[in-house]
Amino acid sequence: MVDQRLRKISFASLVAATVAIFVAGCNSGESTATDKPEGGTNATTTEKLSGSISIDGSSTVFPISEAFSEEFGKEQGDIKFAVASSGTGGGFKKFAAGELDITGASRPIEASEIEAAKKNNIEFVEVPIAFDGLSVIVNPKNSFAETLTVAELKKIWEPNSKVKTWKDVRSDFPAEPIKLYGAGTDSGTFDYFTKAIVGKEKSSRTDYQASEDDNVLVQGVSGDEFALGYFGYAYYEQNQDKLKLVKVDAGKGGISPSPETIADGTYAPLSRPLFLYVNKKSLDDKPEVKAFVAFLLSKAKEIVPTTGYVQLPDEAYTIAQERVDKKVVGTSFQGAETGITITDLLKRETVK
Amino acid sequence: MNFLFLRRLRTRSNKRWVKDKLFEFICQLSVLLAVAILIALLWSVFSTGIGRVSSQFLTSFPSRIPQNAGVKAAILGSLWVVGITGIVAIPIGVAAAVYLEEYKIRDSKLTDFIQINISNLAGVPSIVYGLLGLELFVRLAGLGRSILAGSLTMTLLILPMVIIVSQEALKAVPRTIREASYGLGATRWQTIRYQVLPSALPGIMTGIILSLSRAIGESAPLITIGAVTYISSIPEGVNDRFTVLPIQIFDWSSRPQKGFQDAAAGAIVVLLAILLIMNSLAIILRARARR
Repeated sequence: MVDQRLRKISFASLVAATVAIFVAGCNSGESTATDKPEGGTNATTTEKLSGSISIDGSSTVFPISEAFSEEFGKEQGDIKFAVASSGTGGGFKKFAAGELDITGASRPIEASEIEAAKKNNIEFVEVPIAFDGLSVIVNPKNSFAETLTVAELKKIWEPNSKVKTWKDVRSDFPAEPIKLYGAGTDSGTFDYFTKAIVGKEKSSRTDYQASEDDNVLVQGVSGDEFALGYFGYAYYEQNQDKLKLVKVDAGKGGISPSPETIADGTYAPLSRPLFLYVNKKSLDDKPEVKAFVAFLLSKAKEIVPTTGYVQLPDEAYTIAQERVDKKVVGTSFQGAETGITITDLLKRETVK
Repeated sequence: MNFLFLRRLRTRSNKRWVKDKLFEFICQLSVLLAVAILIALLWSVFSTGIGRVSSQFLTSFPSRIPQNAGVKAAILGSLWVVGITGIVAIPIGVAAAVYLEEYKIRDSKLTDFIQINISNLAGVPSIVYGLLGLELFVRLAGLGRSILAGSLTMTLLILPMVIIVSQEALKAVPRTIREASYGLGATRWQTIRYQVLPSALPGIMTGIILSLSRAIGESAPLITIGAVTYISSIPEGVNDRFTVLPIQIFDWSSRPQKGFQDAAAGAIVVLLAILLIMNSLAIILRARARR
């Protein structure tokens, strides 16, 4: 037998649930209406800014967006930051739909993405923010692979590659089977590595251990004497005791990735710029976005290195700020280019 | 002859006895294995993560400096999402189960069809629900990437499970109780409301708590609908943007810095603690309902 009290409780909870749904439903109607103008108000405050900044995009750029949001939040306590990481492509989709103030990208915007944005009258200002170097890694016990040329890397990674053992790479290497670890096909790292090494984006052999999570690759290479892998430089930096860097030779001798060689472009072709794309409408209408962009360009030198990436030359940040001030829209990067410095690129005319 | 018969009987019963003991032993071993795995899991999680859990960790926002990072926004986000999911999913799920068990016309092709579909829906990968939620709630209904959109997506995800488990609980209520109720002149509503539902309540609650535990551990559908990874404010209503613990754990565990791996371990401890608290609450409530 069930007592009276329980009956009351269960009935009351049913009523409460129904009321709650109803209230939730009403709420959503009301506040979506009031939410929208919120961002644009408070335009002339001289003290602390308020409002909200919505950022999405590449998971590679996410640590940078997070760091700046955190630091700017400390100065301007009333700004609500929402930073997601749904990938470079996913970010551009939402950006083109006008849902974001800023999107992070681990490659320049593509023509089709510019088209999509144009359809919705979304214009953007391109802001390069940091460099990321891809490192080629072997196990510390590996004593023979000091330097690999770009051609050898291509031979290893191209589709239908015949390389099965280290001996197939270079004849004086041991005839031990080569175990490969690399980026998963959904990551920007994969796009960039294949373009820079194989020559065509997304073109790679498929019989290798793939993971979107670079820590998995670190574990793989550090536990396998005859492994070879590639991933972000930051992951090498944090695991130096377990891994060994391979110098990459693009025709000018072997070069190791380091903050210096990545920044000055000598570590080619495996260093790439990372970008933030700022919605021009947000720059015009939302003072908090404008202030945030100015903040990140002025503080990039100090904050970028703490996120595991390499800062751009000072001049690049100055030019970027000029572009923001003049609201120069469009991109000056087309695909992965090598042999031209970032400052020269920034001085070029943009493609809208 | 009599002697032979007895002997045969004894050998046969010896064999049966051995089988009986063997089966018991296998069952015991299975229980031990399950418990051992659970203990090993809890031990490895708690030993690596407990050191990171502190009041600072529980009351801070995420940070680029691993030592300063915390899970405040993620805990509150998780509680909001699970809370709203429960409020929406429980009444709908239980009502659907009541309909299917108590009102359905026997051998109707339509209810059979519904039944098969619900069973199949329970097996659909969670990311698919994320895509559905993105189109339905975020875009079409215009809810944006809010707690409400996330909770409704989670509702879709756990509804089949709530319905199926509630149905089983209702099936377990003896027919005689219903018949006695009708015999006394009660209507169908009175029978369900005062006899069937209260008897089935403990079983239904078990189902609900299992479903909500699943909802609190999911990240894929919420990432799909656009839950954020870094947020500098705590949610104040169902229309605010949010993050949840599994997303925070996923992000930290993929970072290069060792400090973030520790933070991820700490966040896992917090998530497990919330789960254990939820489950024990349910067990206490269930024990009360049984009395």
